[in-house]
Amino acid sequence: MSDWQPSALQLEREAYRKRRSLRSGWVAFGSTVVVLAVVGLVVTNSPGWPAFRHSFLDFRVGWHDLPGLFDALWTNVQIMVVAEILILVFATGIAVVRTLQGPVFFPLRVLATIYTDVFRGMPLLIVLYLVVYGLPSLRTSWLPQSPFVLGTLALTLTYTAYNAEVLRAGILSVHPSQRAAARSLGLSHPQTLRYVVFPQAVRRVLPALLNDFVSLQKDTSLVSIGSVLEIALQAENDASRDFLFVHYVMAGLIFVALTVPLTRYTDYLAIKRGWYGAGGGVV
Amino acid sequence: MTSLDKTTPLLWVRGVRKAFDTNVVLSSMDLEVGNGECTVLIGASGSGKSTLLRCINLLEVVDDGVIEFDGEDITDPRADANQIRAKIGIVFQAFNLFPHLRVIDNVTLARRRVHRIGREQAEAEALAMLDRVGLREKAHARPDELSGGQQQRVAIARALVNKPRLMLFDEVTSALDPELVGEVLALIKDVRDEGTTMLLATHEMGFAKQAADRVCFLDGGRVLESGPPEQVLGDPREARTRQFLSRIIDAGRL
Repeated sequence: MSDWQPSALQLEREAYRKRRSLRSGWVAFGSTVVVLAVVGLVVTNSPGWPAFRHSFLDFRVGWHDLPGLFDALWTNVQIMVVAEILILVFATGIAVVRTLQGPVFFPLRVLATIYTDVFRGMPLLIVLYLVVYGLPSLRTSWLPQSPFVLGTLALTLTYTAYNAEVLRAGILSVHPSQRAAARSLGLSHPQTLRYVVFPQAVRRVLPALLNDFVSLQKDTSLVSIGSVLEIALQAENDASRDFLFVHYVMAGLIFVALTVPLTRYTDYLAIKRGWYGAGGGVV
Repeated sequence: MTSLDKTTPLLWVRGVRKAFDTNVVLSSMDLEVGNGECTVLIGASGSGKSTLLRCINLLEVVDDGVIEFDGEDITDPRADANQIRAKIGIVFQAFNLFPHLRVIDNVTLARRRVHRIGREQAEAEALAMLDRVGLREKAHARPDELSGGQQQRVAIARALVNKPRLMLFDEVTSALDPELVGEVLALIKDVRDEGTTMLLATHEMGFAKQAADRVCFLDGGRVLESGPPEQVLGDPREARTRQFLSRIIDAGRL
């Protein structure tokens, strides 16, 4: 079959498709440039632009504080990694508990439900205050006192509730026929969950989990309420020293730079392994 | 060219090639289906029956060759695929009903959104069509409340209600148990007797014998042998066709 050569008609079609996709590419590029130019002109011609540029975009000043921001970022990364690992473990447990059937598990189910209701409903900032300020005020000897640890704990409590609900939705979305097929082979209920239902559930809710992870990354900054020196607090210190906002802008851009590669990599992984359904067809 | 032109077939496939990576499914496919004709495609799994039907409905882009439908080159990238698909109905092996819609909404979806017909008229037409496939009383059921045979009859109604010029059937009884095959085939035969042009891929040789004007045996990505059913099924010329049919007979399907 390797002797096949496309006909003149086919070559013409391919050339047409190529021309058309090139043209749409240029149209998209052109319209993007126009939109950006218009936005840029509007912003730079506004009366307060010189002052704005001085306060927010004077990167010559901000540049010197960049190493300090990156040092502080390490704290955020530590909180984020530790919290995310704990969150995934606990959220899986709670999601599984909430999907258990039968009266034996009723008390567990109720507890898990109350937990998610409370911590999903309560604003993160209030949870942080309660945990970071409230727990030490109990003056117990065995509870951790470090605001770093307590802040991580508060983030874990709240995000576990969110992620448990995401995972539960994923587990419930796996068709009952999959469960039936697994049980028919003699797999026990936990085995069915472990080897058949849960892997499919995770694939399905991966974008939502990632969404929560990115959200967690940003919320690590809230731990600064306990005077933990992380990137937002570092930026605040720099900003109040210089009377400039450029440090906040840089801290914000660092967060964006942190999340973009992760998002792209997850998309790439999911597409490569075919997790997003067939996709990519002509229709 | 007009659709009334008797000399040109309604569907004209010439030299179509379709490969998935290195797997050449259609190598140089030629096929004609005349107005009002019922053509049946037979052949082993992987012989390209489904791929050909999907190419005709523009669900796959051909790698080469021409498919002319109603006098128009539908493989031309300038052709409006949605407008062409609106004139062709297809029924899939796995029904592909929309599980979130009730039966009647499955049937009226394209009528209302593609053909821009008002809700009342679309529902009246849908009920008439459901009546015709014997499922009027199931109009407000969900697809998962129906048996496989009923679901497939709804799928046929969903395609037929748009009054397509050409109906494609892709092994529509393969996912049904034998008791339910009969009701679906009887319906397709009805549709055929009304003069609807159709192209079917099937393993039901009995049906091919009774209903087909022409049977095409696909092998190696092309039509190896074609003719009236009594010739292709009863007295095939090609050794490959005989071999295929004897296997089918061994499997108890003829």
